Amino acid sequence: MRRKECVAMLLAGGQGTRLKSLTKKIAKPAVFFGGKYRIIDFPLSNCTNSGINTVGVLTQYEPLILHDYIGIGSSWDLDRKYGGVSVLPPFMQSDGGDWYNGTADAIYRNIQFLDQYNPEHVLILSGDHIYKMDYDAMLQYHKSEEADVTISVIEVPWNEASRFGIMNTNEEGRITEFEEKPPYPSSNLASMGVYIFKWDYLKQYLIADAADEQSCHDFGKDVIPKFLADGNKMMAYTFQGYWKDVGTIESLWEANMDLLEDQPELNLNDYSWQIYSKNPNQPAQYIAPHANVHNALINEGCRVYGSVDTSVVFYGVHMDEGSSMKDSVIMPNVRIGKNVKIYRSIIAEGSVIEDNAVIGDPSPNSQITLIAEEGSFLAKSYAMTK
Amino acid sequence: MDRIAGIINLDHEQDLLEELTYFRCGAAVPFAGRYRMIDFTLSNMTNSRIESIAVFTRSKYRSLMDHLEQGKAWDLDRKRGGLFILPPDWNDPTDISRGDLQHFHNNIDYVHRSYGDYMLITGSQHICNIDYQDVLAAHKQSDADVTLIYKRVEMVQPEHQLASKLSIDEHNRVTDIHNNQKSNYVYMDMYLVKKSYLLELIEEGIAHGYAHLFNEAIKAKVNTTHVHAYEYTGVHALVNSVESYFRNSRSLLNPQEHDLLFKQESPVYTKVMNEAPSKYLQSSNVHNTLVANGCVIAGDVEDSILFRGVHVGKGAVIKNSVILQNCVIEPNAVLENVIMDKDCTISEGRMLIGATEKPFVLAKRKVM
Repeated sequence: MRRKECVAMLLAGGQGTRLKSLTKKIAKPAVFFGGKYRIIDFPLSNCTNSGINTVGVLTQYEPLILHDYIGIGSSWDLDRKYGGVSVLPPFMQSDGGDWYNGTADAIYRNIQFLDQYNPEHVLILSGDHIYKMDYDAMLQYHKSEEADVTISVIEVPWNEASRFGIMNTNEEGRITEFEEKPPYPSSNLASMGVYIFKWDYLKQYLIADAADEQSCHDFGKDVIPKFLADGNKMMAYTFQGYWKDVGTIESLWEANMDLLEDQPELNLNDYSWQIYSKNPNQPAQYIAPHANVHNALINEGCRVYGSVDTSVVFYGVHMDEGSSMKDSVIMPNVRIGKNVKIYRSIIAEGSVIEDNAVIGDPSPNSQITLIAEEGSFLAKSYAMTK
Repeated sequence: MDRIAGIINLDHEQDLLEELTYFRCGAAVPFAGRYRMIDFTLSNMTNSRIESIAVFTRSKYRSLMDHLEQGKAWDLDRKRGGLFILPPDWNDPTDISRGDLQHFHNNIDYVHRSYGDYMLITGSQHICNIDYQDVLAAHKQSDADVTLIYKRVEMVQPEHQLASKLSIDEHNRVTDIHNNQKSNYVYMDMYLVKKSYLLELIEEGIAHGYAHLFNEAIKAKVNTTHVHAYEYTGVHALVNSVESYFRNSRSLLNPQEHDLLFKQESPVYTKVMNEAPSKYLQSSNVHNTLVANGCVIAGDVEDSILFRGVHVGKGAVIKNSVILQNCVIEPNAVLENVIMDKDCTISEGRMLIGATEKPFVLAKRKVM
């Protein structure tokens, strides 16, 4: 078979516990974002737009909706004859089987998958971030620097640097030190969890790591430090642009609100770098005669009779008259009754909000209210009355 | 289950939508915010489990083919059956067929090979939400040779003048097909027929030198065979003129009317363009409007339909208009009673006002 220059491996097995009941029945990469998308649409679209058409998606936690969503990858143009998207859950082998015990272990168990494409480079991605990135530009840098591994980094505010894996580099951009969540960071270059490895190098390290009983089989904790300690050439590739971890209810809400700026940093209307997603096939949205819509993102299939202010509304949401929402994120197919008031909330898919309900706290900087319960799985309804 | 194969016959459809049909056939005209006319017929067919569909097209079909691709959006990219787009390319020197019989004659292999004992032949101008399996059930029950679908319209509108009308007896048998302007029994340009009988009709039609299978071959049979009438009672719009396009577009702003056409159990499919959700800025004022995805709205919009990717600048006012894909309305421009084709730009401060019943139509890619 032809050799693939670069194969992407997308780690999508995470639970995302900090998203609370939003991820009770779905894996974190399947969480909704931006009025239309799921988080995984971003890395998958980035792959397609970067010309990387072979992607292994490693799943583990609550994979049903994620597998169903990915399908054969046609939404992202990843239904290919050779390559395309492959969903890779844990599996049994002749000597038994186990769950993926860590990010490095997940890749280790799929060496066979990677070897069938015999790639020169492997791109490791996670399904946790919202960003638009040209992985090919990073690959070109990785190649021109003849690096053994290239890690994508982004400058973060100094006061937040201790929350990330921090890279110290020399003038040439070569990584000299790596600290996982340092209390006193000496650099503000944070790892984005996007790595490009030379496959034959990575493979050796994965095999060694799997045999090491002391290891927790994690890229950040084990493989990268070992790589560095052995004196391999590790380069930092600085990414500029919007990049956001949406791992908590607050950050998910914030990232949605970021889209409502007049000129948002993350431009979803950029035809040269579209974010693809599975289409729900709904008619155009309808804004009723007495509706009021300001500062909002609204998707197809919506019916708006009430007032929408500074909110992101996913497809198929119906909102009756007299109701209002402010600073909220309403996920697909939510039904909002009459005279409902919603403030600073995230309402999960399929929820039903009964007439006269009041949800959330209008005071600024108050905690974001999450209405999810069972509703985030099937279209089972969640009702909340005053 | 008896299988039905479909033919969408665009051969006789006149492109009377002025600027909207200068460069595309009527079937490819955008409608209802995010669809094209042909989407309704195609979706009705696939929702009725018709899995083999041919499109007979003669002219201005570039836009149509671009839209249909391989039929994936309608689930018609199939190993068995699927979508067959059949433009004219005929070089048979012995061919004596005329009119749409040329299509039937030259594409007779499609009729022979398609899976199904029954054929449904339709046009694209009658917008409706119909289950053709019900039509087949009625067809079999009445033991008819041909079943014609009609709509009893409440009010005869100018667009109905171009349609054929039916006279039917108390047993729902068609007794006459005519053009009586007062009749409200509007034939919907859809008929169901057994494949073997269709083959007979085609052969006979060609032998007689007919140029229109329905108007000549089937009409001539009304008194000698059993031609049955099936009444469709759902929502219906005939779009064959600028005036009917405008009126029927705007009637979708009535949510009840809209819901009769777009049903959860029988959705309308269309090619997907991957637009982001529409954005309403702080300065926007939108009322009684259908908006497709990808729009960015900073101005006032009322009683209108915005297709995907329309940009409305701050201070711009749009009233009672239909704005097609990717138009740009610059700040402080004013539009009223306008149909704007794709990719038009109205520059800052311009004003364009048509008449309520006679909208101003702007051709594709115009810059004003």
